[in-house]
This record gives sequence, structure tokens and C-alpha cells, in this order.
Amino acid sequence: MTARLALLRPGVGVTVQDLGRKGFRALGVPVSGALDAEMLAAANVLAGAADGAAGLEILLAAPELRADAGAARLGLAGDLSGVVRRAGGGREEIISWRGVALSEGDTLTLRLGQGPAYLGFSGGLDLPPVLGARSTFLRAGFGGLEGRALRADDALACGAAAGDDLAGPPFSRGRGPIRFIPGPQADHFLPEALDLFTASAWRACADSDRMGLRLSGPRLRHGPSGANILTDGATPGAIQVPGDGQPIVLRADCQTSGGYAKIGCVILADLPRLAHVAPGDVLTFAPVGHDEATAARREAREAFARWRARLAPIGGWDDKRLWTENLISGATSGE
Amino acid sequence: MSYLYADPAEPPTPRVLALGDAAASVAFGARIAPEVRQKVQAFCAALAAAPIEGVEEWAPAFASVAVWFDPDRISFDALAPRLLALARAPASLALPGALFEIPFCAEGAFAPDLAEVARLNGLTPAAYLERLGRLTLEVYMLGFQPGFAYLGALPDSLSAPRLATPRTRVPAGSVAIADGMCAAYPYGSPGGWRLIGRTPAPLFDVSNERRPALLAPGDRVRWRSIARNEYDALAARWRAGGFDPAELRAPR
Repeated sequence: MTARLALLRPGVGVTVQDLGRKGFRALGVPVSGALDAEMLAAANVLAGAADGAAGLEILLAAPELRADAGAARLGLAGDLSGVVRRAGGGREEIISWRGVALSEGDTLTLRLGQGPAYLGFSGGLDLPPVLGARSTFLRAGFGGLEGRALRADDALACGAAAGDDLAGPPFSRGRGPIRFIPGPQADHFLPEALDLFTASAWRACADSDRMGLRLSGPRLRHGPSGANILTDGATPGAIQVPGDGQPIVLRADCQTSGGYAKIGCVILADLPRLAHVAPGDVLTFAPVGHDEATAARREAREAFARWRARLAPIGGWDDKRLWTENLISGATSGE
Repeated sequence: MSYLYADPAEPPTPRVLALGDAAASVAFGARIAPEVRQKVQAFCAALAAAPIEGVEEWAPAFASVAVWFDPDRISFDALAPRLLALARAPASLALPGALFEIPFCAEGAFAPDLAEVARLNGLTPAAYLERLGRLTLEVYMLGFQPGFAYLGALPDSLSAPRLATPRTRVPAGSVAIADGMCAAYPYGSPGGWRLIGRTPAPLFDVSNERRPALLAPGDRVRWRSIARNEYDALAARWRAGGFDPAELRAPR
């Protein structure tokens, strides 16, 4: 059984993403994938899809969808709210973090607070993989839906909804500094630059995108070897510092190589937090070693497993009450 | 700190450096040179011949190799000495890749910078193209775009610096040079290299899962200058789906 949905309004900056495209970086193919893979997994769990299935990443404005055939379940993760209008009449206000089954003719109008947010689909979005992944890579125009952001009247196919709508507590993430491992070109900087990097507050610039997050703050000074390096490998999280001394933290769509000295690289466990930095936000960085990075990954896995264990069916509940209760318990668990 | 793994008694390369908690950079030096490229390619060949559990993929650069791994299957501290041992092994002669002869047209609007590049080297455009056509270039690495192959090394007498102001739009297929390297753009993008022609060859094809990029590290390339009418005929035929990379392979 499958379901089909029509996109009544496409939103802005809405692309199909999964966990990314690995195995082709030697050919210059970026990994792409969800900026916040953990939140995509949550949307998938709520929709009844595999954790790494393809869903929608919503960056700037949320879409409006209608179920055209079959029943689909959508999972809402992130700062989303919306209205379901049932084909047979009836209107429900809904809010993340929950699944919602849409029957033929039902529409869902979503509103985005702060992006990115994620929409999961029962069984995952049914699209052909391109080089092993369904992620959209906009600059080369492949993956996802014809390699582009969604448009009005696009049709989306997914698996059929089964079972109950689930709801869970919202994610709450730590507020401390973004952790990074120094190197590989930390020695391209004056000795005081690493201290200045970790002691300073960095403001996110408006011209940031899926490729990189630009930061502004005090100038990080390079040593005699300068800002330019012989082009070498780059990866999401790498903190490049060009000659102006203002760091750029690379994101999912970053090139596979780069020619600027990298003072460090953000650890995997903190990439999801980096995804939610908005223009004007202020952040700080803290150096860690591999042991701390390993512990951070384990903590993130355990927190996700605890979140998953708290999911409960909405049926028969006043879901606003459930959500409020979960919000409180989520906030008191201190994660 | 464990972000740098190097034996202080050893010369500074090779070195294994952390690139976050899921990648490492194996550095063989800091310059573009045939003997460094040889080491980079031999290292990649050794990695392919003896897979390390937990290593996911690797990508060669000019003088280093980025290695991505799953840190929950192998730790950086366990992986780094193994990578270093592979990097230190004497560079066996990596098998040469395929030799491609790629057509390109250097006429009119396809080659807005050809006259200036030739002039900077004291040549006429025709003499520049003739000398370029005699070179066999090596694919050092891919990066910047899917399928963007850095071909080198151009002799100083055929090179030119990057443009002071990059173009906001370089058309797909543009053949360009800068700083001792030559490349063709698989996709349109902004770019600062000097444009000396355009190739009709599909440089990256996502439908070819086994070999999406026409050129892979280690391959060699000769440029063959063609007239506009041949460019148009090839472009039309290849756009219609009649492209087989094998037809660009030159006899060894």
C-alpha cells in the first residue's frame, strides 16, 4: 500500500533529505543530507519510517499538503505547528512532536517557527536513490525531487499509514559551547589565535546556508604560513578561517576539499545544534579530545533512545494536555 | 591531546591529523609534485587493497588523503597508527589510470580568456593551444564540484594566475586554467579560473552509479582542440544519451 500527497504550497527552502550520500567524496560529491540528522530521525519515527528514511527539511517557510490517495502519516519534528482540515469536515490544531495520519482529501497547513524543522512520511518518501541516497544536492541539481527545492503541485509518494499517531516530548539540547577537535591546521595560526577562538563570542552572519555558517568576531590571525593551504579534504563541521580571520563552519553541502586553514572541526554530536544557529545568534566553542567526542556521541544516542521510549499513542488523549505534560518532563530531565 | 599523531623523532611527513571525530587527514607534504602524487596514489591503492574495519571512504588531495571512518567502530587512536604505517610503506608503483583524449572548442565565446592567457606567456592563441595539446596531464584529485578534476601540472610557460575578480557565472563544460592546474567545470558556478575553451563531454553523470565521474584520480588527459561544428555535433549526440566514456579513451 502506498499513499500520494500533493503540495499545495511549497514553502521556502524545503528539500528532500536523508542521512546523506557517502562513498563518492573521492569524486568531489558532497555528503549533503539533513543538517540535523537526529531531528530527521525523530520525524521519521513519528511518521512510522526507518530512522534514516527520506523526509523534508524545512528551512525558511513550511509547506501545505493534501493527501490525494491512500492514508499517509506525517511526523512533525522541530519548531512546527499546523492545522489539519479533514475531508469530512473538522479542523484540528496540531503541534510538533507528533505523528498525524491524513486520509484522502485531508489537508495539512504547517507553520514554521525557527528552522530547520523536519517532516517525516510513513515508510519514507518514495523516490529513486541517486548515487545511493535521496538527499537533494541543489548546486549540482541531483537527488531528492529532480535535484531542486519543492514547488507547488509537486506530488510526493510514501508508504501507507498504519497503527496509531504517536506523540513525544520536544527535544531539548544542551546550551554549552559547541565542541570541536583542534586541527588539522591549527599550527597555521598564531599561538594566541586558538585561545582567542575559544574565549570569544561569535555572531552568526546572515549569509549562511546549507554549505556553511559564517561567523563574525575578533580577527583570528594566521602565522607566517598564512591562511591559504594546499587544497585538502574538508568535511561538515570543519572550521575554515580565510585571510580575513572570520571563521566559516562547513555544513552538509560543503565541498569535499578546501584551500583555507582549518583551526578545528566540530564533533559529530554537536552538528545538530549547529544546524539551528540563526543569523544574529551568538555562540562559543570549546576544544575537546576524541574521548570527549566519543562520550558526547554516546550521550546523544542515549538521549534519543530515551526520547523514543517516551513516545505514546495520542488516540483518546487530549493531545494538547499530553504535549504540555511532555514539555514539562522534557524540560526537567535536564538534557 | 590526541588530535595530532606523529612520532617526534620522524621527519614531519607523513602525518595523521584529526579532521574532527569521524575523519583524519593523512599528510604527505605541502607541495604539488609528481613524487608526492605518487605517494598519495600508492596510499589510496594500499587502503583499497587492505580494507580497515570501520573506514568508510577516502579522497585524495594534492599532498594528503582525507579518510572518513565510523568512530563507533574504530577509534582515531586505533586507526591513526595503521594509517601511518600504510603511509610510510614504500610507494609501490600505482597502476596508471586510463588515458583520455577529450575534445574541446576554443573558439569565440567559449574561450574569453584565451588571448590574455596566451599573451601572458608570450604566445599566439594558436601556439598556446598547440602546446597545451601536446601535454599529457594527470588527474591529481577531484573536488570543488562533483567530477571537477584538477589536471596538472601545467608548466609555468602555459600557466596564468587566477582572475583578480572571479566570474559570477562560469558555464558548465568550461575548460579553464589557473596556477599550474587545468580543469573543466562539470556544472555552472561562480569561478575564478581563466576560461580557454569548452568541452561537450559529459563530465559527471549521476545515472552511471559505477563511474559517475568521467575522470578519476590517477587518470591522464590529453586535450584535443576541435572546431565549433564538431563541438555542436558531439554535444547534440551526447546530450541525446549517446555518450560512452570508452570512446574518449586513447590507445595506450
